[in-house]
Amino acid sequence: MTSTLRSDRSSPAAAGAPLLRFEQLGMAYPTPKGPYPVLENVNLEVQAGEFVCLIGHSGCGKSTLLNTVSGFAKPTSGRVLLKGQPIQRPGPDRMVVFQGYALLPWLSAYDNVHLAIDSVKPQLAEREKREIVMEHLELVGLTQAAEKLITQLSGGMKQRVAIARALAIRPEVLILDEPFGALDAITKEELQEELLKIWNTQKCTVLMITHDIDEALFLADRLVMMTNGPSAAIGEVLTIDFPRPRNREDIMEDPRYYELRNSALDFLYNRFAHDHDEAG
Amino acid sequence: MTTAPSSGFNLAQWWKRSRKTILPPLFGIGGFLLFWQLSASLGLTKLSGPLSLWTEERTRDLLLYPFFDRGGLDKGLFWHTLSSLSRVALGYTLAAVVGIGVGIAVGLNQALNRAFDPLFQFLRMVAPLAWVPIALVMFQQNQPAAIFVIFITSIWPILINTAEGVRQIPQDYRNVALVLQMSKKRFFTKILIPSALPYIFTGLRISIGLAWLAIIAAEIVMPGTPGIGFFIWDANQNGYVSDIVLGVIWIGAIGLILDRLMAWLQTRIATGR
Ligand SMILES: Nc1ncnc2c1ncn2[C@@H]1O[C@H](COP(=O)(O)OP(=O)(O)OP(=O)(O)O)[C@@H](O)[C@H]1O
Ligand SMILES: [Mg+2]
Repeated sequence: MTSTLRSDRSSPAAAGAPLLRFEQLGMAYPTPKGPYPVLENVNLEVQAGEFVCLIGHSGCGKSTLLNTVSGFAKPTSGRVLLKGQPIQRPGPDRMVVFQGYALLPWLSAYDNVHLAIDSVKPQLAEREKREIVMEHLELVGLTQAAEKLITQLSGGMKQRVAIARALAIRPEVLILDEPFGALDAITKEELQEELLKIWNTQKCTVLMITHDIDEALFLADRLVMMTNGPSAAIGEVLTIDFPRPRNREDIMEDPRYYELRNSALDFLYNRFAHDHDEAG
Repeated sequence: MTTAPSSGFNLAQWWKRSRKTILPPLFGIGGFLLFWQLSASLGLTKLSGPLSLWTEERTRDLLLYPFFDRGGLDKGLFWHTLSSLSRVALGYTLAAVVGIGVGIAVGLNQALNRAFDPLFQFLRMVAPLAWVPIALVMFQQNQPAAIFVIFITSIWPILINTAEGVRQIPQDYRNVALVLQMSKKRFFTKILIPSALPYIFTGLRISIGLAWLAIIAAEIVMPGTPGIGFFIWDANQNGYVSDIVLGVIWIGAIGLILDRLMAWLQTRIATGR
């Protein structure tokens, strides 16, 4: 990867206006006991083409935060701007890889991807649609399994289909909610590498929730760490500037890797350790 | 299997495999028939025993010649069954179309559901027989009245299950439709129908049995039209007890076949997905 590509990805000054901007974002869910504030005063800017990982304790509001970007949740205060415009509703420019894959089990892998393209770009000729589907199934290594029903696929293969479906419609922002949490270590590493490769070629902006610090350090440009809820906010943002393309062994030999890892661990387990009265 | 399957039918092996599924029902049904025959022969009940289907010459003829047609209402069982089934087919199809349509509307629209659910829950408790006088007043004719009775009896499981199926569409699938900004039509054909299909078929299967029950009730109260219900009513008027027994067994058998047919369709649809 050339250094010019890297610089327009990670230096905000060069890129100008951010693609995404959270301004004093607040989010409360109505409950019988009154509004329950999940997020408060969240401020963040994300540049086009950035890979941002989000980490924080379970229930702190990570999914909620990303839902304000995908448009499934409306902020109760503040706003989320995409290219300067407030986000109104879900749309294919902010495609989501859902926590439970959300593939249609009565369709094949091919048909799941095809349905997405057919819905988003109905004007394309059938031949073009077919090419896009096969191209993206190939990207995730599923050419052989294209005609298999979702119910016949393993967890890793399902996640691959979900990623292929998300990327096939060429979103500006790709939103992944703990995409690899349920996978075994080997499949997980494979998929991380595939995701990086695809992100390198498609240059979309990625927002990804994870529980795995090493995963975040391998993938992200920046790691956003959230404080505990209720009224969670962004506690600290780590910049991870290992050169790309990255190689797992190389970055693990880098002394900065352990500095970053330790400061993330310190944040999560000392400064914002999970208090055990979360039921209250 | 290590040995290649022989071309011939291996009786011993087949028996070994099927013994457990064939013997118990054979014993159960045989025991029941024996008990029934004994209580009839010993005079414990006035109901004629199963052997009377064969010993009564009139009943035996009905059993052996289902296809005779001497005009009017004097027909074989096959013809009675055929006219009953055609009424069921009509009323049931109507119930399926209206039930699925209204079920989808109610499943999608919370306000509609609140408005009509109490009414549906109330109407579905009304027994088929109770609809007969209402249907006769509404239509003034036996044929449409019988079809209405089938319709109104069998529509509820279809409607209620379809609505439930639509409500049970996972939020994940709805979210996929939202983020892809799917058109209403595409959401309907690609997500709603396939997702609700198992529920719809559950409703259809429950309803086919109800439709068959309703036709008998309707025909028994509306004599003068050929049908299996009329057949029993007629036998009753003449005091032919063994004919009634034959009719009842016949009805049970047809009902069983209809149910199996729907079950078969249900699994075909479920596995074909
Ligand atoms: N629809 C809702 N109504 C009320 N409260 C909700 C709703 N959705 C989420 N919450 C609450 O908001 C908080 C944040 O939820 P969220 O799903 O965003 O957490 P998360 O950080 O994604 O957790 P996890 O890591 O377990 O996925 C939780 O306390 C949750 O109970
Ligand atoms: Mg979550």
